[in-house]
Amino acid sequence: MQGVITPLIMIIAILVSLTTMSAGLIWMERRLLALWQDRYGPNRVGPFGLLQVVADMLKIFAKEDWVPPFSDRFVFILAPAVIMSAVLFAFAVVPFAPGISVIDLDIGILFFLAMSSLNIYGIVLAGWASNSKYSLLGGVRGAAQMLSYEVFMGLSLMGVVMLVGTFNLRGIVEAQQGLWFFVPQFPALVIFFIAGLAETHRIPFDLPEAENELVAGYHTEYSGMKFGMFFVGEYLGIVLISALITTLFFGGWLGPVLPPVIWFLLKTMFFIMLFILLRAALPRPRFGQLMSFGWKLMLPLSLLNVLATGAALLLLA
Amino acid sequence: MLSILQSVWKMMLHAFRERVTVQYPDEKPVLAPRYRGRIILSRDPDGLERCVACYLCAAACPVDCIALQADETVDGRRYPSFFRINFSRCIFCGYCEEACPTYAIQLTPDYEMSEYKRPSLVYEKKDLLISGTGKYPGYWYYKVAGAAVKGKDKGDGLEEEPPVDVRSLMP
Repeated sequence: MQGVITPLIMIIAILVSLTTMSAGLIWMERRLLALWQDRYGPNRVGPFGLLQVVADMLKIFAKEDWVPPFSDRFVFILAPAVIMSAVLFAFAVVPFAPGISVIDLDIGILFFLAMSSLNIYGIVLAGWASNSKYSLLGGVRGAAQMLSYEVFMGLSLMGVVMLVGTFNLRGIVEAQQGLWFFVPQFPALVIFFIAGLAETHRIPFDLPEAENELVAGYHTEYSGMKFGMFFVGEYLGIVLISALITTLFFGGWLGPVLPPVIWFLLKTMFFIMLFILLRAALPRPRFGQLMSFGWKLMLPLSLLNVLATGAALLLLA
Repeated sequence: MLSILQSVWKMMLHAFRERVTVQYPDEKPVLAPRYRGRIILSRDPDGLERCVACYLCAAACPVDCIALQADETVDGRRYPSFFRINFSRCIFCGYCEEACPTYAIQLTPDYEMSEYKRPSLVYEKKDLLISGTGKYPGYWYYKVAGAAVKGKDKGDGLEEEPPVDVRSLMP
């Protein structure tokens, strides 16, 4: 009995804190964007505008949940659930602190890569089922972008895996006791960060939902809480990528004085803020630029990184 | 690549800039003296209405939001018997102020005129008339143009100069 209840509580706690966090991120993003654009952002509802989240939630739950009559109804309803659950599944392997994680998989990184690839089904299905040209274009763009950035996202992590010799995320964190991996694997960090931006389709890689060309891309036809699911899914994606950068390159929960969970949260928050800063600063490239950047620059670089890491390991061994 | 990092860095420095937002209900923006807001009707220094009901403002109005009716007092002085501005149509272009020959109609730096009902945005003469001279304190139209009183035309009085002939080009 004990063996069932403890993981169950863990799952529920992580689930609740993640969804609350991603809702809170909406407020944080708006405040930070405003900070960097010489504005204030939402500061009216509650202290520092924090209750804006509650107001937005109430609003989005009260909105009409409309399914367009021209859409493929079943798939249309399925797509947002796929996106959100794929991201939430990926969180299962993230070690927040020693003992605080849902499962301790030996193939943690592979599981994460698989789940983040599943994400694309949500986007393509949403774009297809909406039966609208903007959505379809958004879905197609999303698929092409994810496929090409997924390749070197996986490759960039191989350097870390080679250093540690395991796919287990807890093992990777524990191997960083002496030196955080962003020092020996700095190119991998940069490549993974860029791939993560594309994976969560954030500005500058938000071409699947480019407002000024595609209305809202693959979720053009969505409204109410279904749209909210895409939104929360996107923010969960940011948290996930930030958490993984922390885990893989910045020593996860490791750090002096403060408790491990706090260290993990602080580091993750730093990368979330970096994501938001990039959104505030950078314009969106053309789609052709995006693809050629991925295939012609990032992929060779990540292969070179794998090669160099392998050579260094052989020489030192 | 370097320029991208540069712009990210510059963006971050914006966090320490002064905010451009004016938190409106708490702090109010500083308006220019010639800000075109709520329209008023002003009075001459002696307290009588400046408006001579010439209809020029109504003719100049591009959205036709001004309606008035001319009338005359017993001594022949023209005035509007009603003067109505529909502020739900008004675009605050200021053409009426430019057209007005007597500086009667003026735009003021006041913009807080929200209402819950559309009919409340139709301002009658009593809502428009103010007690003062507005932007031109010394101006007195009838001092320049002269005024006929009962039994005596312009310039016929004792030691009264004839009124300025506004249609003449001579100085």
